[in-house]
Order: sequence, then C-alpha cells, then structure tokens
Amino acid sequence: MSEEKTDLLDVQIDGVWHKFPKGTRMIEACKQAGVEVPHYCYHPKLTSPGNCRMCLVEMGMPPRPAPGAEPAEPDEDGHLPISWMPRPVIACANTIGPNMGIKTTGPLTEGCREGVMELLLANHPLDCPICDQAGECSLQEFSVEHGKGESRFREQKVKKPKNVEVGPRIRLDDERCIMCSRCVRFTDEIADDPVLGFTDRGSHTVLTVYPGRELANNYSMNTVDICPVGALTSNDFRFQMRVWFMKETNTIDVNCATGANTTVFTRQGKIYRITPRQNNDVNSDWMPDSHRLNFHWIESEARLTEPLVLDGDHHRPATWSEALTKSADKLSALKGSEIAVIASARMTNEELLITNRLVKHLDAGHVDTVPRIEENDGYLIAADRNPNTNGVKLILGLDDPGSQLDAIREGIEQGRIKGLIVLQENLVGDAGFSGELLGKLDFLLTTYPLANPTADLADVVLPGACWAEKSGTMINVTGRLQRLNKVVDGPGATLEPWEIVRDLIQATGGGNGIYAATDLFKQLAEQVSEFSGISWEQIGDLGLPLIETGETIPLIEREKERIASGLVVG
Amino acid sequence: MTDKKPKNSASSHASFLLTTFYSKKMSFEVPSDLEKEIDERITHYPVSKRSAVLPVLHALQHHFGFLSEDAVEWTAAKLELEPIKVLEVVTFYPGFRQEAPGKYHIRVCRTLSCAMAGSYELMESICEKTGIDRSGVTHHNPIAVSPDGKFSIEFAECLASCGSGPVCLVEDDFHEAVSDVDSLLSQYP
Ligand code: SF4
Ligand code: FES
Ligand code: FES
Repeated sequence: MSEEKTDLLDVQIDGVWHKFPKGTRMIEACKQAGVEVPHYCYHPKLTSPGNCRMCLVEMGMPPRPAPGAEPAEPDEDGHLPISWMPRPVIACANTIGPNMGIKTTGPLTEGCREGVMELLLANHPLDCPICDQAGECSLQEFSVEHGKGESRFREQKVKKPKNVEVGPRIRLDDERCIMCSRCVRFTDEIADDPVLGFTDRGSHTVLTVYPGRELANNYSMNTVDICPVGALTSNDFRFQMRVWFMKETNTIDVNCATGANTTVFTRQGKIYRITPRQNNDVNSDWMPDSHRLNFHWIESEARLTEPLVLDGDHHRPATWSEALTKSADKLSALKGSEIAVIASARMTNEELLITNRLVKHLDAGHVDTVPRIEENDGYLIAADRNPNTNGVKLILGLDDPGSQLDAIREGIEQGRIKGLIVLQENLVGDAGFSGELLGKLDFLLTTYPLANPTADLADVVLPGACWAEKSGTMINVTGRLQRLNKVVDGPGATLEPWEIVRDLIQATGGGNGIYAATDLFKQLAEQVSEFSGISWEQIGDLGLPLIETGETIPLIEREKERIASGLVVG
Repeated sequence: MTDKKPKNSASSHASFLLTTFYSKKMSFEVPSDLEKEIDERITHYPVSKRSAVLPVLHALQHHFGFLSEDAVEWTAAKLELEPIKVLEVVTFYPGFRQEAPGKYHIRVCRTLSCAMAGSYELMESICEKTGIDRSGVTHHNPIAVSPDGKFSIEFAECLASCGSGPVCLVEDDFHEAVSDVDSLLSQYP
C-alpha cells in the first residue's frame, strides 16, 4: 500500500458517513458500504471507459463559499454540509473526494437507471426464455430492479447478426450485446489478442471480430464469463443446463501448478461447466480455456468403475477385498527392496502423506513421481503441469521428482525390482515405460481413473477417483496451500486414492484409523513442520501462503503493476 | 500479419456489414508521394500515432476513392494499430466508403429543410438520368453507382446551406437550389 492510500476520506453514502482510502472509486466505496451500484461496463480488472452509464448516481461536495462569504461550519462530527450537483455522475470511473456525498436512491438516480435500461432494451430481442444467460444476466436483473417494466419503443428493432462463430469456442449474438466493451478490453488488455471491436455506429453498432481473424486465444472463454448479457456464449455449455438448476462447488484447477481457483457447476452428479473464481494471488478472475474444458473425460466410457484382477490373460471384475487380498499376498512375497512405488504429483498432500506411510510400511526400495515440465505460457499456465509438485517435495521428501525413474526402470530391467505400485499415473503413456519392461515384473498394481495401457498390463487395477471426486490440499507454484473440494461422487465402486492406499496398508498388515481426508490433514499439521499450526478450516476458499518458492505467475505480476499505476482497481 | 484466409465464421459475420470486403481485393500500392504526405501528417500527432487515423484515412480515400481492406491494413501497419481499431473508425463515419464510387460522387442532402425543398425528387431525377439503381442500397452500403461507372450517389445529412435547398455536393463542388439536373450533370464530362 502506498502512503496516500492510507489517507482516509469522509464520504456520505445514502445518508451514512463512512471513511475510505483516498483514490477509492465511488462504485467501490458504495460496495464496501454494502450498497450495490448497478453497472455493466465497469470491471475492476479492466480499464474503465465509463460507456454504459448504468452507474450514474447523485453526487455532492461541500459548497464553495461565495466571494467574501464565510466557509460553511462543520457539524459536531466534523462533516461539512453537502451541496448536491444538479446532474448525475458515473460512479465507476470517478474517485471519492473529501466530504463527498453519494446518493444511490432518489428521483435523479432512479430516473437515470430507468432511462438507461429503457434505451438498452429498446433494441434488445427480449429472448430470455431461449437465452443461456438467463438467471445470471445483469440486464435481466437490473431490468427487474431498476427498469420501468414497460417500453415506449414502438418502432422496428434493428436486426443484427446472430449465432456468429467468433472463435472456435464462442458464439456471439449481436442483438443481445449492450456494447459494454468488456470483451474488447479483455482481449486488448489481458489476452493481448485484440481481434474484437465495434463497427458501425449508434443503434447499428455491432461487436465484430476482424474479418479473417478469430477469437481463438487460450483465454477467450473468459469473455463469456464477463459478458454481462447473453451475447457471448460458450459452445461447450450453451443449451446444456439452466443455471438455476446447478449446484456450485468451489475448488481448484489441477491442470498445472498454478491451481487456478474455480467454481464447478453440477447437477445430479454431472459437471456442466467450470468457471474461474476470483483469487488475486493466483488467477485473478481468469483461467485458460484448455483447463476449464478439460472435464468431459470424467464421464468417459473408459472410466474404471470397479477393481479388476488379472485372471489368466484377461482382467475380470473383483470386489475391493478380493483385489486388496490378492495385492497383499503378492506384496508379502516380496522384499521391501524389490518393491517400487510411483506416486503422482497430481495427488493431494493428504494422499502423499499416506503414500509415504505405505512406502515406509512396505519398506519399499524406491519411490518417485512422474514430472510434467512444459513451457510457461506467460499468462497463467505454469511450466509444471503437475498441480502438486511442491507437495511431493515436502511430503515425500523428493528433492528432484522424476530423478529416480531411470533407476526404477533399470531395477526392473535387471530383475532387482519385482513389484511396482503405480498410484494415479499411466507409466506407459506419460513416463516412457515400455510394456515390455513392465511385463518383467512379478506384480504390478495401478490406480487410475481411466483404462490405460499401464492398467492393461497390471495384475491388479484399482479405480481411483479423479480430482473432482475427492477432497484434499495442494501447494501451488508460488507455495500457496489451496483446497481441492469434492464436487461429485466417483462412479461405481471408485474410491479416493487416499482410501485405496489406507486399505492397502491395512491389507498388508498395517494400521488403519483414518476415516476422512481432514484426519490426514491434521496428521500433516503434526508431522510436516511447514504445516504446523494450520487447520483445514483456516485454508478457506482462497488458500494461504505456505512456503517460499520464489516463483511468480506472470499474469498476476502484470496485474499488480496495473493496479499500482491506478489503471485498474484490482 | 496472420493468415487472412476468411474463416467461415468470421466472414459470414463480416459479410453483414462488409459485403464485398474480400471480393474487392485488388493490388494495393500507396504511391511514394502520397506516403510522404501521410508521413508528414502523422508528425502532427506526436503524443499518439493513433490520433492520426482520420487524416491518414482521408488521404487514402481521397486518392483511391474508397477504403479497401488493404487500405485498412496498410493504415493499421503504418500507425502500429490492430486492424480492428482502424475498421472501427472506417465504419463509424458515413464519410468513409468501403465501396468504390463512380468517377463523380454525388451527395444529396436529405435533412429537413432540403427534404422539404425537394431533395427526394432531386435524388430520383439524378438516378433516372444517370441510370443509377438504388434498390440495393442498405444502411451498411449506402452508395449506388451508375452502370457506366461515371456517377455514384448517396444521401447525406445537412450540408449547411439549409436556406437554399435542395442542396448537393458533386465531388467537392457545392450546388444550391438545384432544379435543372441536366445542366448539373453536364458540368461533369
Ligand atoms: S459481447 Fe458482451 S462483453 Fe462484449 S461488448 Fe457486448 S455485452 Fe459487452
Ligand atoms: S459502469 Fe458503465 S459507465 Fe459506469
Ligand atoms: S438541410 Fe440541407 S443543407 Fe441543411
């Protein structure tokens, strides 16, 4: 915080005096005072063009004394009288002043809102019954709250393009667009892909993607989220489900180490869409398209829904107890040094903790995880495409995850390693293990959500829940501890990976006594010093900084600069 | 510049307002003296080159008669802007044309005073005498051209000579109280 921000100014909002830091936008001051000022074009993460006029309010300042007159006397609380301006001002782009008065009710403000709504709706198709935005549409909401309820417009509405594919994932209905320009500013200021603009003029103005170009960048779907109306809709979600039927669960993205905060929308155990959830230390208000759309596989035909055991040359379904007993028999025939465990940096801290216990219990000779290092995209996607590498380092104690894989391959090749436990990974697909090599093992156990080439070769295949079907915590690239929350139940007999590992320990003669992931978190807090003193509840929806990694998220750093320069509110 | 092959989606959208954006594509070359003049105009806007977009477009339209897709992209490259930012300006002002006009472009005032003084009759009469068919005129393409390409015409708003309607502009020549269309047209060989 800069010095001047600590200067507090007295502002009267709807008759009540408050104090706000100098530089606060009027609209934000109202919000902090619990008064919502309706708005369309304003978005705290984007510049404020002040073009929609929905946020007009009545404003006043202390009267300027006439020449020679005495300045007004403050009242006993030190407030000067307010002389109200005869015309309204926009609350989004103006900042507060000393002793300022703001009225968000009364004939002037209400008349402005009615007028703006009437004009916005004049050419609007009023097609809410078939519009995806219905139920979460600012136009609908403000029309109910601030509109006139009727229109004096009797003329022909302007016809504009409908169902336009502006990009591979987005459709535009220009008749619904209210020209707020949020999408234009997002593509300009955040995504650095300015292909959108307004062509033509007046009531004929249309949002246009430049001819021959398309809105195809990997952040394009954020425009759908910020479009206050149903003009931009997602191809993936449109016409799938009414928003008011869906349940919202706060969780995090697991497609890379950033761990973007998300809201997952479900109905009756099915995921319909994922949207970013604001966290200014992680993902701001945004997330990449590739991550938000990576959930359809959860319902794939290839989902493993029950334990399988190898019987001769084919897999047959088994009960959990049969599969676990078989595993225990095979494992007890092996010495610890003949067993390797390959866990996953996609596992939660809780799963890693209990995996660590399994490793110690079996006295396994090797343990590692599968690294996934690619390019950082310069926005939100971290180079590390595993969500919890920091958890692996801290809890499994691996300084350089992936560095043991060669030794494990060599051990199998030379017959020193005879048993391999693969937790939530597909070694053939993702870690360069050959089927031939895995064929040399006496015993191979895998857990994974989907059928895969490694599972094809396994003696025991256990259906492990995917990210949406389990709870736990992860540590992101910057060292922030965040909570993954269970969104839906896993299909069939699927278990959460920590439950599988717990049962495996028990089947091989170890202790039990853990009934919830939160129990594991308590143990983490006791056993791993970095976690000491932290409770599950304390992590909350936004997480908390746990360790210093020295890593930053490029988009967040740029946003900090924009906030510091006063360009955006943040 | 990215691949400019029109995508289905984008071009179907664009076709709404830019019917012939692609079909009008022809070789586009800005003569060096014109470019020099444009460069000079840009120097008048030291703070932001973007502010030069209007003068640059005027100069190009004056030379080429209209603003093609190439002209838009040339301007964008010149001013270091995204092409959409230039297209916004081109489509905003009715004074900028995206369609080639005739050799002589006529603008007939249709604002109240002129309308009452007979601008619609004037329009009709000019069209009849030049063979211009205005049936294809739309909000997005307000210009109609005679079959021989000699004249093109559109309605304009108040040309600031309301007392002497009907008024029209032929190229940059102002004509007031026009009654004899034949003699008007005969001035343009
Ligand atoms: S499409 Fe939506 S976000 Fe973009 S200008 Fe129109 S209303 Fe605003
Ligand atoms: S929110 Fe649009 S003008 Fe203030
Ligand atoms: S109305 Fe025609 S010149 Fe003013």
